[in-house]
Amino acid sequence: MQRSKNDVWVGLFVLVGAAAILFLALQSANLLSLNFQKSYRLIAKFDNVGGLKPKAAVRSAGVVVGRVEAISFDDKSFQARVTLAMESRYAFPKDSSLKILTSGLLGEQYLGLEPGAQEQSLVAGDSISNTQSAVVLENLISQFLYSKAAEPGAAQAIKDK
Amino acid sequence: MTTESKSLFSGLLNALGDLGFFIRRNLTGLGYAARMFALVLVRSGSLLKRPRLVSDQVLFVGNYSFVIITVSGLFVGFVLGLQGYYTLQRYGSSEALGLLVTLSLVRELGPVVTALLFAGRAGTSLTAEIGLMKAGEQISVMDMMAVDPVQRILAPRFWAGVMAMPLLAAVFSAMGIIGGWIVGVLMIGVDSGSFWSQIQGGVDVWRDVGNGIIKSIVFGFTVTFVALLQGFEAQPTPEGVSQATTRTVVIASLSVLGLDFILTALMFSL
Repeated sequence: MQRSKNDVWVGLFVLVGAAAILFLALQSANLLSLNFQKSYRLIAKFDNVGGLKPKAAVRSAGVVVGRVEAISFDDKSFQARVTLAMESRYAFPKDSSLKILTSGLLGEQYLGLEPGAQEQSLVAGDSISNTQSAVVLENLISQFLYSKAAEPGAAQAIKDK
Repeated sequence: MTTESKSLFSGLLNALGDLGFFIRRNLTGLGYAARMFALVLVRSGSLLKRPRLVSDQVLFVGNYSFVIITVSGLFVGFVLGLQGYYTLQRYGSSEALGLLVTLSLVRELGPVVTALLFAGRAGTSLTAEIGLMKAGEQISVMDMMAVDPVQRILAPRFWAGVMAMPLLAAVFSAMGIIGGWIVGVLMIGVDSGSFWSQIQGGVDVWRDVGNGIIKSIVFGFTVTFVALLQGFEAQPTPEGVSQATTRTVVIASLSVLGLDFILTALMFSL
């Protein structure tokens, strides 16, 4: 009797431990949502991907419709080649466009997909050519400074100081 | 040669001799530990025929450590929630609280703190138990009766510790996340949806959770083996057993912390 009672407690302990591992794997990580949904691959080329990372979300109208699978460099066109895994249940027109967006002010970067108007849908292996690069803060600042400097009277204002 | 320089010379020689003795003693200890480790592994085969021996020890080292691990995990989660919120809200990113709590628990605190608690709760009792068996000459009696003490006493306890450690570490991390959720979401008022979605977006199953489990298995090996070896090598006197118990905690804790650095460095570079 004592023996089988012990076995019950040990079994319970192992069960709780296994449940904890399962909790960590499912609730806190992305095992389910990532691996068990069917997806199709698309390819997109960007002049600059900025801080985009593999596994970043692809969103359309704010809803996650796919994920970035891989990012590599194409030394023929000197562009970044981004492979996307799109969920199979969503289809998008051939002339859809992609741009790199940022969630919040300093948040993660993700891809925004804007559907086009064509009737044909994108299929596996298609590439999206209509893309907009990440906004690089340094370029933005230097553009701002040049445009300020080019304004009439800017040189005069510096001289006056 | 004056007497003064002579005594200096002999003092130097003595110091060299002491150093040599120290190195030799430690090398011998290391070699002995490695031999015992191999012996435990080799003699474990027969446990497959008698799994009861292991499950009884799992009850001893696992179930009885369960409460302390659960409660500690919960409170570590509470504190992580409070302290993490204090830092994160300065940067206006208190939604990342869940991610901070989960990553620090799963990658680091879960395995390490569990191993330290495990050394204190289960390791010491293993050492004391085996040390007292030795003091009561039970181990010599087993030897006389041709029952291998390594096979009958060390091996089941060793595998029980190795099995219990990862489970306890997972329970610790899970309780910690729940603790962080209680403080962050219920008490402070971080948005529950972004708490969980930040976790799901930022935690990787293999790189974070998987590496944490590997760490806890390695720590299970280390702590259990240190405890068993110290008990098996204890002087069979009351002082000897108490010294062995102290050494278990010191050696197990230090090797867990040292190994943790090595493992983290290895996993970082991968």
